[in-house]
Amino acid sequence: MNVPQSAIGLELDPITATIEAGRLRFFAEAIGETNPTFSDSAAATEAGHPGLPVPPTFFFGLKLETPDPFKWLLDFGVDFRYVLHGTQKFTYHRMAFAGDVLTISPRVSESYEKKGGALEFVVLETAIKRGSEPIATLNETIVIRHPELEVAR
Amino acid sequence: MIELATVAVGTELPALTLPPISRTTLALFAGASGDHNPIHLDIDVAKSAGLDDVFAQGMLSMAYLGRLLTNWVPQERIRSFEVRFAAITPVHAAPTCRGRVTAVEVVDGESLATLELAVVLDDGTLTLSGHAVVAID
Repeated sequence: MNVPQSAIGLELDPITATIEAGRLRFFAEAIGETNPTFSDSAAATEAGHPGLPVPPTFFFGLKLETPDPFKWLLDFGVDFRYVLHGTQKFTYHRMAFAGDVLTISPRVSESYEKKGGALEFVVLETAIKRGSEPIATLNETIVIRHPELEVAR
Repeated sequence: MIELATVAVGTELPALTLPPISRTTLALFAGASGDHNPIHLDIDVAKSAGLDDVFAQGMLSMAYLGRLLTNWVPQERIRSFEVRFAAITPVHAAPTCRGRVTAVEVVDGESLATLELAVVLDDGTLTLSGHAVVAID
């Protein structure tokens, strides 16, 4: 087990990110988005938004907007090649838009193992706010494989 | 966009079928999403982890499911959205996103529809399964 039970409650350094319209357009292009609301400011305005909206899953990447986003895992000795994304949940409180300055606060909320330690699970809960307004809450399960403990079948 | 008054248990969302995922898409998504994990980009890293090739970011498929949702309802109606990543998506696989209404209920005075979501590859592999809750008042 790389991530000890004592890591539960660990708060990672909060990140402040400014949502850039160009980055949202790049994201829309990368996912093949064809709805102009997500790439054309005029279409976003027409849809009643103050700017390009942050699409539903873009929030995931915000906590990676720091020079060494996985340092906390690597510091626990995790071999990043064996890390999988198990589950991802978003709970939405308000929309966010290009130009917003968001604060991203991740925290380790659970840690447990299965299959005799061959699979380790770490749950990260991340609060995203614009000033004091909650925007979204993210919960993700990170799975760390330990191939040396996998029973041959 | 769906006419909200018509939403009922059993309503299916129009499926979203994607073209095969190219290595270019993996690279663009890494840059756009901020997830630079080389296991999705660098075949040498994939091989050193015992894999034959790179595979797509799970969040790319979740972003496709997000498109399914925002094609169907205005985004501000989405209350929650969650998935379990059930299988990896090999490079060149072509995912299809599907959704279906499984419940409609009033919670705190708001009409909410629960959607069952899935991403399936052209060979039938289920890669993501999940749920979303959307307001349909």
